[in-house]
Amino acid sequence: MTFVDYYKVLGIDKTATAKDIKAAYRKLARKFHPDLNPNDKDAKTNFQQINEANEVLSDPEKRKKYDQYGSDWQHAEEFEKQQQYREQSSNAWGQRNQGPQSEGDFSDFFESMFGGASGAGRGRQVKYRGEDFNAELHLEFLDACKTHKQTLTVNGKSIRITIPAGIENGQTIKIAGHGGAGINGGPNGNLFITFSIANHPVFKRLGFDLYATVGLDLFTAVLGGEITIDTLDGKVKLKVAAETQNGTKIKLKGKGVPVYKSEGEFGDLFITYVIKIPTNLTPKQKELFTELSKS
Amino acid sequence: MPTNRFIEVKAFCISHNIEVSFISSLHETGLIEIHFDHESAFFDTEQLQQVEKFIRFHYELDINIEGIECINHLLQRTVALQDEIASLRNRLNLYE
Repeated sequence: MTFVDYYKVLGIDKTATAKDIKAAYRKLARKFHPDLNPNDKDAKTNFQQINEANEVLSDPEKRKKYDQYGSDWQHAEEFEKQQQYREQSSNAWGQRNQGPQSEGDFSDFFESMFGGASGAGRGRQVKYRGEDFNAELHLEFLDACKTHKQTLTVNGKSIRITIPAGIENGQTIKIAGHGGAGINGGPNGNLFITFSIANHPVFKRLGFDLYATVGLDLFTAVLGGEITIDTLDGKVKLKVAAETQNGTKIKLKGKGVPVYKSEGEFGDLFITYVIKIPTNLTPKQKELFTELSKS
Repeated sequence: MPTNRFIEVKAFCISHNIEVSFISSLHETGLIEIHFDHESAFFDTEQLQQVEKFIRFHYELDINIEGIECINHLLQRTVALQDEIASLRNRLNLYE
């Protein structure tokens, strides 16, 4: 763990009194508390740092140690513990009742350093719901269009979730009970997964509707005909009316994205025709076009 | 009243070591809904997350009920705006 200047984190100087520390902590906690900054990862990180700083600086003993050892204070703690343990172990036969200090003190201290507020400062033996976890899941465009299962690893635990077809970019789903473990018998937190869905090279999505542009050659546009286009569930043949104008939009009902959690319902696919003007005309073709323009 | 869906306020306050008056204040300001049955007060488990959040505001951040009301209102607006931004971003994709 890299050294963190807790005084800097709280915006106070080394001569700050307990009252100054408390005031600085409260002020920053109100600004960065995760409850006040939903879905803000930076605020969460800041809050953890503020908590850490407060845990150390509001405790006179920890503060003294921190001030004394600076960036090496954690090693100092470990070193002191080991030294204490060695001293006591050497006298263990005669002093069984005075054995080494509870290891719990050490790990609790570390937990408070890394795991945020323990709440102990309020003097309440409270059951806390575990921390909510936020995760981001990247999906390919086509994967988001079909219901499928995915296995995720969250804090070392594998969970298998079903992702319903039609999930939208930026949408968040809640997986109840898969967040951090509850404290003092409190319930587990929840896992919130926000989906980030990649763009598709052909289809643009808006809600459950899809939009695409299809190139139409001039002759088909003028004379009418049949073209084949791609949809989510395969190729579809389309009849093109004669004298179709550039920018004409047609709707293919039910060929859009499946509606989220509504089985059998689909959005629509909107096709915009872009008429392609022929290039590299042969002299004969030019002649025909000239003739056509005079008619 | 189905007991597995409701939490008794008194028992909740004892387990969380908070004053019943705090929960009453949340109810009085309309931040949570309380149901009464045979003189006992209950709240729906669906409100648990909200109630715990309000407890953190009050006991960890020293925010009074009026402050919690304001925060709650602004948070609701924030979430609505975040949803709107996400929807507008998706719409913007159409033109990119």
